[in-house]
Amino acid sequence: MSTTEIVGKSKFGNGHPADYRRVYVWEMPVRAYHWINAIVLVVLCVTGYLIGTPIRAFYASEAYQQYWFGWVRFLHFLCAYIYVFNFLARLYWGFVGNRYAKWNNFFPITKSQREEIMDVLKTDVFQTKLHGAISTGHNALAAFIYFFTFLAFCAQSITGFALYSSMSNSWIPRMFTWIVPLMGGEMSVRYWHHLFLWFFVVFIVVHVYLAFYHDYIEGRGTISSIVGGWKFDKMPEAQGTKERGSKGTKA
Amino acid sequence: MGQSIWESMEKKGYSRRQFLQFCTAAAAAAGFAKSGVAQVVSAFEKKEKPAVLWMHFQECTCCSESFIRASHPIVADALLDVLSLNYSETLMAASGFQAEKSLQDTIKNNKGKYIVLVEGAVPTKDGGVYCMIGGKTAESILQEVSKDAAAIVAWGSCASNGCVQAAKPNPTQATPIHKLVNKPVINVPGCPPIADVMMAVVTHVLVLGQIPALDNLGRPKEFYGRRVHDTCYRRPNYDAGLFVESWDDENARKGFCLYKMGCKGPVTYNACSVVGWNEGTSSPIRSGHGCIGCSEEGFWDQGPIYAHLATFPGFGIESTADTVGTIVAATTLAGVAAHAVVTNVRKHKVIAEVHAEEKKEQ
Repeated sequence: MSTTEIVGKSKFGNGHPADYRRVYVWEMPVRAYHWINAIVLVVLCVTGYLIGTPIRAFYASEAYQQYWFGWVRFLHFLCAYIYVFNFLARLYWGFVGNRYAKWNNFFPITKSQREEIMDVLKTDVFQTKLHGAISTGHNALAAFIYFFTFLAFCAQSITGFALYSSMSNSWIPRMFTWIVPLMGGEMSVRYWHHLFLWFFVVFIVVHVYLAFYHDYIEGRGTISSIVGGWKFDKMPEAQGTKERGSKGTKA
Repeated sequence: MGQSIWESMEKKGYSRRQFLQFCTAAAAAAGFAKSGVAQVVSAFEKKEKPAVLWMHFQECTCCSESFIRASHPIVADALLDVLSLNYSETLMAASGFQAEKSLQDTIKNNKGKYIVLVEGAVPTKDGGVYCMIGGKTAESILQEVSKDAAAIVAWGSCASNGCVQAAKPNPTQATPIHKLVNKPVINVPGCPPIADVMMAVVTHVLVLGQIPALDNLGRPKEFYGRRVHDTCYRRPNYDAGLFVESWDDENARKGFCLYKMGCKGPVTYNACSVVGWNEGTSSPIRSGHGCIGCSEEGFWDQGPIYAHLATFPGFGIESTADTVGTIVAATTLAGVAAHAVVTNVRKHKVIAEVHAEEKKEQ
């Protein structure tokens, strides 16, 4: 069908086949959380891997001449603190933020959320459904996976601080000293901390890809929304004013 | 028995000066300040020599071997003058019924005053039949001697956390001492523990008549409060990122950090780097070999000695969490790429479908 045909048959005044409405989805704190988290998480993954498997980066004949491994560790600890407080701030925002940021997005409580999970699976994994009415905010499947990501955040923070407690007298890591004997010694804490690194690596790969995929398949600015906060909702021609797209994210 | 340390030393012909030297060495070994020497002298002058029972259960006697190599105070003094070693399978002259009688007499005559030093874990499976002495199980002997003990010291990793006997699958259900008795136990882990640390712990108990400050795992804080890593003389190399890459490479000759060779110093709490072994001659790391973490609980089950990460179960002995993680990440990446290809192949269909739907809406 040619463009002129579409314009000709359009029921909307502006001649477009469907009308879109701007929705302010991601508020500033949510976007800030996302990008701080993204930067810090990448730094944590890279420095964390380096701490586990240091590379022969620089050569010196005497130890006093450089401190690069010390800086790598410092960066890791610094980012860990930012990461934890950023996460706590996001938890707070889950109670005071807008409907798209609310805590109840992250659990499939309602029937429509559970239906949407199946819907998104069909779209993403089986590719049997190529597009459809997907929530404007987090889709129910993504949100539920984020919930598990939050659990991984907690696991990584707890094991991380437990490991850090042996080299710090600060009260935050000191709170986690009891984790070490509970998990059977520092070697095993270290082991789990390593394993969770790979969870984040896999998460980053899938998350970035799916963000692009949904940007394409939904066609309403998924990628740009995390920069500017705006997404686009398709308005049904009959009730152009009624809000749509809040399925599964009831306020 | 019945004599103080000073009395017994005097009888043996030691001078007052030698006695004071010994007291000073003991005070230093126990970690007292200079002002504490007087306390030691006073204790050694007045207190009766405490009766000591040295029990051997599931072990290899490496703790005893280590102990007799203590350098300060000199071991002969320690064994013959400081302690009344009334029972020790390895060192006592008595045997058979005589030995058992000595044990019973000590318990009877020193109720609440004697010290129990335990070397080895206690097997509890099948009624404890896997370690029996004189027809009695190790567990029943332990209960018997610990009931009226003034203090219990668990020598080495066997008695502190089970060590090799308790390594998977722990066929005899070897159990550390602190899980079997209802009294505070001083854990002195290590395989073996450092001789001077053992001596110092005994000295502390004798001199002050109380157990030293312990951490949450029951270890004396003064010796197990810091990581081998934090007290290591190679530590600057770690921070500088200078590592031994393979045994006997140039870096090994230069004495760089052994972290990449699986050194467990960063996860091990012990005094090796400070006290040293064999009269302070050397320590594992000083001799060019990484720490194996022998004083940490379950160190036998924490993966290979020469790698820093435990093996991942079910993927062969060489795969660590990192190997598995890399494979999973690469598979995910491949899956995502395949998905992207499929999406692009279906691109035209997607666009056509969207148009068709929009057409329908009109």
